[in-house]
Amino acid sequence: MTDLLQPRDEAELAEAVRSAFAGKTPLAVEGAGTKAGIGRPLQTERTLTAKGLTGVTLYEPSEMVIGARAGTPLREIEATLAEKGQALTFEPVDYRGLLGTAGEPTIGGVAAANNSGPRRIMAGACRDSLIGVRFVNGRGEVVKTGGRVMKNVTGLDLVKLMAGSWGTLGVMSEVIFKVLPAPAHTVTVVLHGLDDARAVEAMAAGLGSPFEVNGAAHLPAGLERVSKTLLRLEGFPESMAYRAAELRKLLKGFGGADVVEGDPATSLWRQVRDATFIAEPRDAAVWRISIAPSKAAAAVAAIRRALPVRCFYDWGGGLVWLATTPAGDAGSGPIRAALAGTGGHATLIRAPAEVRASVPVFEPQPAAIAALSAGIKASFDPAGILNPGRMAAGL
Amino acid sequence: MSGIAFPTPDARVVARRDEIVAGLSRLVAPEALVTSEDERRAFETDGLTAYRKLPLAVVLPSTTEEVSAILRYCHENGVKVVPRGAGTSLCGGAIAQEDAIILGVSKMNRVLDVNFADRTMRVQAGITNLAVSQAVNYEGFFYAPDPSSQLACTIAGNIANNSGGAHCLKYGVTTNNVLGVRMVLLDGAIVDIGGDALDAPGYDLLGIVVGSEGQLGVVTEATLRILRAAEGARPVLFGFPTSESAGACVAAIIAAGIVPVAMEFMDKPAIEICEAFAKAGYPLDVEALLIIEVEGSDAEMDATLARIVEIAKQHGVQTVKESKSAMETAAIWKGRKSAFGATGRIADYICMDGTIPTGQLPYVLKRMDEIVKGYSLRVANVFHAGDGNLHPLIMYNVNDPVEAKKAEDAGNDILTLCVEVGGCLTGEHGVGIEKRDLMRRQFNDVDLEQQMRVRAVFDRQWLLNPAKVFPLEGRWLPQTDAA
Ligand SMILES: Cc1cc2nc3c(=O)[nH]c(=O)nc-3n(C[C@H](O)[C@H](O)[C@H](O)COP(=O)(O)OP(=O)(O)OC[C@H]3O[C@@H](n4cnc5c(N)ncnc54)[C@H](O)[C@@H]3O)c2cc1C
Repeated sequence: MTDLLQPRDEAELAEAVRSAFAGKTPLAVEGAGTKAGIGRPLQTERTLTAKGLTGVTLYEPSEMVIGARAGTPLREIEATLAEKGQALTFEPVDYRGLLGTAGEPTIGGVAAANNSGPRRIMAGACRDSLIGVRFVNGRGEVVKTGGRVMKNVTGLDLVKLMAGSWGTLGVMSEVIFKVLPAPAHTVTVVLHGLDDARAVEAMAAGLGSPFEVNGAAHLPAGLERVSKTLLRLEGFPESMAYRAAELRKLLKGFGGADVVEGDPATSLWRQVRDATFIAEPRDAAVWRISIAPSKAAAAVAAIRRALPVRCFYDWGGGLVWLATTPAGDAGSGPIRAALAGTGGHATLIRAPAEVRASVPVFEPQPAAIAALSAGIKASFDPAGILNPGRMAAGL
Repeated sequence: MSGIAFPTPDARVVARRDEIVAGLSRLVAPEALVTSEDERRAFETDGLTAYRKLPLAVVLPSTTEEVSAILRYCHENGVKVVPRGAGTSLCGGAIAQEDAIILGVSKMNRVLDVNFADRTMRVQAGITNLAVSQAVNYEGFFYAPDPSSQLACTIAGNIANNSGGAHCLKYGVTTNNVLGVRMVLLDGAIVDIGGDALDAPGYDLLGIVVGSEGQLGVVTEATLRILRAAEGARPVLFGFPTSESAGACVAAIIAAGIVPVAMEFMDKPAIEICEAFAKAGYPLDVEALLIIEVEGSDAEMDATLARIVEIAKQHGVQTVKESKSAMETAAIWKGRKSAFGATGRIADYICMDGTIPTGQLPYVLKRMDEIVKGYSLRVANVFHAGDGNLHPLIMYNVNDPVEAKKAEDAGNDILTLCVEVGGCLTGEHGVGIEKRDLMRRQFNDVDLEQQMRVRAVFDRQWLLNPAKVFPLEGRWLPQTDAA
């Protein structure tokens, strides 16, 4: 068992990090730990959790902004927003199903993982919604960056660095997000029987239309009996009827289409968001591949030639969730070979700790970028005590 | 004006001017090097025209490799570098000094690749913002961030300042619409940050490069997201008896779940100035004016505008003008878009750029009026109502040093007010030299030091656009750390 530090406020949090800095004691940093299995395994004796820092600190529906202490459960944020008909725009992924973890994901964890779901394709990523952060850096200093207004270019935008830094640069104590009205109605146009390449073309046609498709996913045959390609529209009901009809007209060349609405549509997109389709078998390794959509199908085909693969596409093809055998390097070699030269990259989301210890979980970076990243790590956390090595050796 | 200090130029560098010019001349074609005093004058200021400084020389390279060679030379020779696009910065971000060269990317202005299927395009960074949209218009696409200066300003400048535009309420600002950059580091290394995928591995370096005001490297290419335009767009114009009722109307529209593509606010002085200039048909008997634009098919716009008009009526709207034609749409926007130009015709002005929480609007408008009156000056307000980004235009006489000083002081008071009510010093124009010395109103030393430590990862010697963003006093240098 490791020691658990659970500060109750930002001052205690800063004190905990300051003393770790003084003693050069490495810390595992977490919220509720629902994503603790992502990244390289940590060799730390102490865990610092932000779970004790809770509560919404600011909510102004008419300004479309919400702030909360980092340990606030995501569920509480979503419930608070729902009361006023609003929502986080980027649909944070719930990793519990995929990773088999329990507990309530925290809003700080969402930010640290830059965790974005299907709507990312139109509405931006978590990092685009995150507008302000307070955090404790590796010296134990409380730093603020950004703020509560959505237009702010004052100084270096450290908010973006905090998003997706997986607790390696600072421990967030408070986060502020911009939010949007929750969509009044959801409609999904479903195409059937397309192969991966045709499906990506169909999604590109939808996303390139004026109808504001804000989700585009493809479930290949193998996941479904016949493949399904999903294009989502959200908005006021009367508008959705019109747009769905126009979209179907536009996509006529891709075969007949059905329409799914309301709760079934919502639940379908939740499964896309959380990658539920490939959660089983439990022992499979799971990768998340980010790539320009038009290159995705060919890259997946190349991976298939080397590995047994179950996968599906989100973000119009720009995101591939891929399950394969956990044996050896869990497919790292063939997957990264297939992505070489495409500009795409792969992150190992689920694999046994031994694999994650030996295979780069995050895509290895070119030397110049790696050097800048190492410099940035040192500028926040000179003693290397925050989640050391979680993203790469030295980060 | 004289309020803003420039550091004393490094005499050793100034003394080596001939040698430096000779060194640079070996790196680029003769026409790419500007050295005569006359020609350097064209680069002595930017959009903050009250301040002027002659650069040591101006270099206008054509390739990333040339940029690399120039930076390597400057790095090795301790020469400061001010990157420049079109020089429309309103915060003095592109102004250099006698010991610094200007490195302009305006010759690098080509579209490199357009990919409609992936909704991305690659451009050289010196291309103008408008040219980017024009290059993809024929397929119904556009590049979303649309600063009013888009005819002139470059993507490089947009990236450095994280520029916004009238439509960013719906589509976001530059940082939300750039996927990658090719950038040259101070030592000449050429790096690709981000790319054509929607997220990049590792730390979000692109996120700090955007908005870094030319202090981390020189951007030479960019990969941009492009979007398919909506079927149509149409504005409605509202006149309100008070700014409070206009502000409440904006809040109620958002509460009703409607996010229009633009919501622009003008106060009475701005309405009068713009109407006199543009003859846009603005009502002159109201205290506040809102222009709200929606997008979609005709039927969708009818429906959304009907909801918006209904909400405005509940908030006591006095004048409602719905556009019925492209001409009427153009007229409604013409007044707003000419706000800066029209103000410039009647007086010199400085344009402030603070952001406030929109709930504070009535209070801030009242305080701002008091502040400006306290200096015996006038102010006109145009601003992005959806996001609280204010643009008070403080009018003064540039030839009157006392009044110029007053205008600057009033501006500083207003920005301080923005911070006090929970907002920030700059929403889209950048810090530059203009707001540099106000940074401690918004950030404490620890906040600023963390930013400067990150800056130092890219430029340990403060050679890249050094006089900007961070207060001249109390700058953090890597050497100051006792390991
Ligand atoms: C009339 C008018 C209206 C305006 N309207 C708006 C508006 O609506 N919204 C808005 O956001 N701004 C607006 N601006 C401000 C200005 O146009 C923007 O900041 C614009 O992005 C600057 O672009 P530029 O090419 O002129 O850059 P410059 O002024 O040349 O430079 C701006 C900054 O970018 C840096 N830079 C330039 N090139 C590079 C490079 N290659 N690599 C790294 N750094 C670089 C410079 O060092 C400087 O700090 C307006 C300005 C004017 C004069």
